[in-house]
Amino acid sequence: MLFRYLLILLILSPLKAFALIEVDITRGNLNPLPVAVSPLSIDEKSKSNFEKILKKKDLGSEISAVVENNLRQSGLFNPLNKNAFLQKPDIANLKPRFEDWNLIKAQALITGKVTFVDEKLRVEFRLWDVLAGKEMMALAFTTVPSNWRRVGHIITDKVYERLTGENGYFDTRIIYVSEEGSKTNRIKKLAIMDQDGFNNKFLTLGNELVLTPRFSPTNQMVTYLSYFRNLPRVYLLDIETGMQEVVGDFPGMTFAPRFSPDGKKIIMSFAQDGNSDIYTMDLENRIVERITNHPSIDTSPSYSPNGKYITFNSDRSGYQQIYVMNSSGKNVKRISFGNGLYGTPVWSPRGDLIAFTKLHKGKFYIGVMRTDGTGERLLTENFYQEAPSWSPNGRVLIFYRETKTNSKGEGFSAKLWSIDLTGYNEKMVGTETDASDPSWSSLLTN
Amino acid sequence: MNLSKILKNVFLVIVASLVLTACATQKKIGQTQGDVYTGKDSVEYLASGVKDRVFFATNETVLTTASRETLRKQASWMRKNSKITIVLEGHADERGTREYNLALGERRANSAKDYLMTYGISSDRISVLSYGKERPVDSGSSPLAWSKNRRSVSVKAN
Repeated sequence: MLFRYLLILLILSPLKAFALIEVDITRGNLNPLPVAVSPLSIDEKSKSNFEKILKKKDLGSEISAVVENNLRQSGLFNPLNKNAFLQKPDIANLKPRFEDWNLIKAQALITGKVTFVDEKLRVEFRLWDVLAGKEMMALAFTTVPSNWRRVGHIITDKVYERLTGENGYFDTRIIYVSEEGSKTNRIKKLAIMDQDGFNNKFLTLGNELVLTPRFSPTNQMVTYLSYFRNLPRVYLLDIETGMQEVVGDFPGMTFAPRFSPDGKKIIMSFAQDGNSDIYTMDLENRIVERITNHPSIDTSPSYSPNGKYITFNSDRSGYQQIYVMNSSGKNVKRISFGNGLYGTPVWSPRGDLIAFTKLHKGKFYIGVMRTDGTGERLLTENFYQEAPSWSPNGRVLIFYRETKTNSKGEGFSAKLWSIDLTGYNEKMVGTETDASDPSWSSLLTN
Repeated sequence: MNLSKILKNVFLVIVASLVLTACATQKKIGQTQGDVYTGKDSVEYLASGVKDRVFFATNETVLTTASRETLRKQASWMRKNSKITIVLEGHADERGTREYNLALGERRANSAKDYLMTYGISSDRISVLSYGKERPVDSGSSPLAWSKNRRSVSVKAN
């Protein structure tokens, strides 16, 4: 128990220190918790079965490598080098010799066992508190063998939840726009991958320009903007079946789509005669509602998680700023009052913060503020970056960043990056091609 | 007078007129005025003397004097060629968020459309398509490149 509180303290303390500073882009290190991820043990028969099906020599080690990588990437854990492990995986899973693990300074230990049962993959794992010498958690799953990476993600989520007291975000996917070709003639495709960059798949062929895909909270559906037949419209795509359809019957460009928190509505902008306003369409009864009616540009709408409010950006003050209103469109209030322009507001899944892009003196920032606009905190500064999307637990933001080209206009690239809400653990998220417009799914399990 | 002397005189006249225009418009720096592009690098022609595009200041959708002149020529060309329809493609530079830029491109193209309509071109001959910042003509990351990319281009549709 003491151990658990220690970890929570570790996570919270940098937040406290950070809140006092207005612009802080230092990458501090918060002494990640040393954890030993013992390779999951596997018997010879199961091993050879899985090798036949999955072409993986030792599935136990492969799954534990997924867990280890997730923990390291989170920035909160420091998985220890396996060469230092003294106890064999199978024995450790039965009863760890805590002195041995204590010796290598491990504070937590993950052990487990993989078996091939009735053509299925069965995985059990245990989480141990090394200092207290106690088992903290034991769980088992059975699934189809091809799901083995997901098992690694689910284990990480369980460990993360047990040790931090917060929901995990590892069994999730990212939908994004894959980019190729020259800056003046980019080919863009929808693509989807696991949160750790594996299992990348392209969802469109690149024949038409596609932008801003966003996940539904129910995970089967995605909404995005497509220039199919040179008519930029919001589309709905079922990623399981590949079926897609235009959202609504608008006589002009619709763009900037997002789902309502219950997944039943799409909120978006519709541009007509030089003016963009915010509309919703109910996906069941197809009823379209106009939410804003103002001669300024109103776009990038995002619902609060309880569905009662909408944040959006508008240039009604003369420049792009962030506003909050009731979901009916009433009671519009400007919330961004700092220096510079503010855009792409996204409500945190926890409900307490709004993430945004800020442009000030030629630099772009990703930041967060409270929903009344107070407590602005800039997390990262760069030449160009925008479009933050929250991890489902509201602890991490993913966004995209573009590089400045040289005097000949060469050297352009666009990549996905992520950063913790604390401002720490900023890192590139690897993709096969250049990438932009990331959107984080909710947890696949649940 | 031989040819080279003639050319030299012509050259001097050109230099003199350039100096004069430079004096007349103090804010003109290189190929921009304010931060509106005034050069010809990416400009194409719909017909002789009829430029295909107009340029905008950062975050602006207002037509400059030069833009209005270009659009009047486009309108007169369209009146003479009454079967022609056009698409106005509105664009923004890379220094803004993607979604806002889509709206800005749409607004820029409509600002050109409105002007063409006041010069007698029917709205059913003009459609509008915003590309936001998706189709820059200049891949540079400089104020000059950005000024070329903030544009509305009239493209023949038939």
